[in-house]
Amino acid sequence: MTPVLEVKNLSTHFMTRRGVLRAVDDVSFTVGPREIVGLVGESGSGKSITGFSILGLVDPPGRVVGGQILFNGEDLLTKSPTAMRAIRGKRIAMIFQDPMMTLNPVLSVATQMIETVQAHDRVSRAEARARSRDALGLVGIPSPEERLDSYPHQFSGGMRQRVAIAIALLHRPDLIIADEPTTALDVTIQSQILFEIKRLAAEFGMALIWISHDLGVVAALADRIMVMYAGRIVEAGQVDGVLTAPRHPYTSGLLSAVPAAVPRGEPLRPIPGFAPSPLSRPSGCAFRDRCARATDVCATEPMLEIAAGREFRCFHPHLWSAA
Amino acid sequence: MTVFVIRRFLQSIAVLCVTAVIVFIGIYAIGDPAEMLISPDASPAERAQVVASLGLDKPLWEQFFTFAWNALHGDLGRSFVFNRPSIALIFERLPATLELTLTGLVFALVLGIPLGLVSGLKPNSATDEVIMTGSILGFSLPSFWQGMMLIMIFSVWLGWLPSTGRGQMGEFLGIRSSLFTLDGLTHLILPAINLSLFKLSLVIRLTRTGVRETMPLDFVKFARAKGISERRIVFVHVFKNILIPLITVIGLELGSMLAFAVVTETIFAWPGIGKLLIDSIMRLDRPVVVAYLLVIVSLFIFINFVVDVLYSLVDPRVRLGGAQ
Repeated sequence: MTPVLEVKNLSTHFMTRRGVLRAVDDVSFTVGPREIVGLVGESGSGKSITGFSILGLVDPPGRVVGGQILFNGEDLLTKSPTAMRAIRGKRIAMIFQDPMMTLNPVLSVATQMIETVQAHDRVSRAEARARSRDALGLVGIPSPEERLDSYPHQFSGGMRQRVAIAIALLHRPDLIIADEPTTALDVTIQSQILFEIKRLAAEFGMALIWISHDLGVVAALADRIMVMYAGRIVEAGQVDGVLTAPRHPYTSGLLSAVPAAVPRGEPLRPIPGFAPSPLSRPSGCAFRDRCARATDVCATEPMLEIAAGREFRCFHPHLWSAA
Repeated sequence: MTVFVIRRFLQSIAVLCVTAVIVFIGIYAIGDPAEMLISPDASPAERAQVVASLGLDKPLWEQFFTFAWNALHGDLGRSFVFNRPSIALIFERLPATLELTLTGLVFALVLGIPLGLVSGLKPNSATDEVIMTGSILGFSLPSFWQGMMLIMIFSVWLGWLPSTGRGQMGEFLGIRSSLFTLDGLTHLILPAINLSLFKLSLVIRLTRTGVRETMPLDFVKFARAKGISERRIVFVHVFKNILIPLITVIGLELGSMLAFAVVTETIFAWPGIGKLLIDSIMRLDRPVVVAYLLVIVSLFIFINFVVDVLYSLVDPRVRLGGAQ
């Protein structure tokens, strides 16, 4: 099956006064139809910038400096701004992290939804409104007809995120990029939203890239997981495999720092040290200063190894018995 | 909304009362108008008679209550100098000042908002630098000097525009104004520009700051992610947010433009209330000064009320009450 999205050697750099900041560095991955991919990493690992790069929404001084982003076989990086605008919101939609900030406070929900419909389809206002109302109903907002005329401040955080999801769904896109959409919400609301998105993605056959720093969320949702560190993908594979038998020391480090994943009574083990500054990233494996398994060879760049459906960049991967 | 209007109205009355007291005491402290009005060679008897006829022999509190009582009946006193009701004098001159200020305001908005948008959307570009430098000039060059330079360039050297007076007036819908004749308009241009240059700089800077603050916000990026055109993002999403601070400041500034049109009116011999005020202060014409200040305070109150209403029209968070 042809993948919906194929990212090849993507590099996005920020040309700052203090030097070139390599936010995304030679990242490659694919997303198949209907597939849910979790993109995991700590703050500053480049996961959000990867999402924005796909949509062509990297703000200056940032710039995509290399690679290819094939969406249904077409390279998005060669598209004109007008062509990109026609794709954004129509075939690739995005949901942002903070629902308090993503809706314009002075425009009604109806205005913000209708403009999204009319930005891509030549339809009457009445029809755009009807579609907006249906989308609100779909994401579980009660009495959508009345709520359409409300303003964002009249909604709770969870409800605002539902509105944002409804906007993303308006055109039934092939791909939704969700940038930590549940991070800013209460835990109970989080699981509701998670459930809704999973249901809707399955219902409409949409592929989903779920960007998160929360391994628990990704474990519950995704088919495949990609772990990003310092602008690179260090490990990728099926969720079950990666979470139960991580090959990269960074992945295992992340797992032993998650409360729910560690057996009761055992101490949590935080990863020592800090992620390197993206301005002065060490050559070779960026994780080696924090890694217990590192040796001299780690000063050279580890190649991507592919073994049994698993990809990782490490000279000293964890070995797990075939059992 | 009704509650809001009633409360605002009661507050306004309180403000007017307090202003009346302060102004009355203030003008009493400045000097005795009898010195100005009565010729030095008048006999003491004549003098006493004039003072008594003007009510100046009574104690301050009694004078004030006489004034307040009459004011409640719509009589703000007669000008000592012109021997005419002071309020009539003011309303004779007010249209000229309103015409000048409103033209100046429109000029500041029509030019300032687009320039501010251009500047804010392309920060640190050459265009932005030019506009910003220009606005610094508008801020820092004193208004009277700007006025004299305008006269020098456009009236004296180029001879394009007249430099004094209000010119011919036309009548439209029962309103007499210089706006309705070509001659009136040519007379209006220079003083209006002079009055608006400072406000123009202010509008440019406010708009620019608003754009710079709003563009990086998440909802702009989200609008882009929805595929909304850049034009709609700027003119609907961003502009509606900028309008909120803009309306506040413009409302306040309109009041001060009315009150401080004095300088411009003096330079261009514009027959407005600013000039009347200066003349009245010089002659210690108490009723006119007091009436002028009360009219200006009322205008301020009215403008602020309009601003609050506009505010609630633009910002749903104000209109619909508290955020969650």
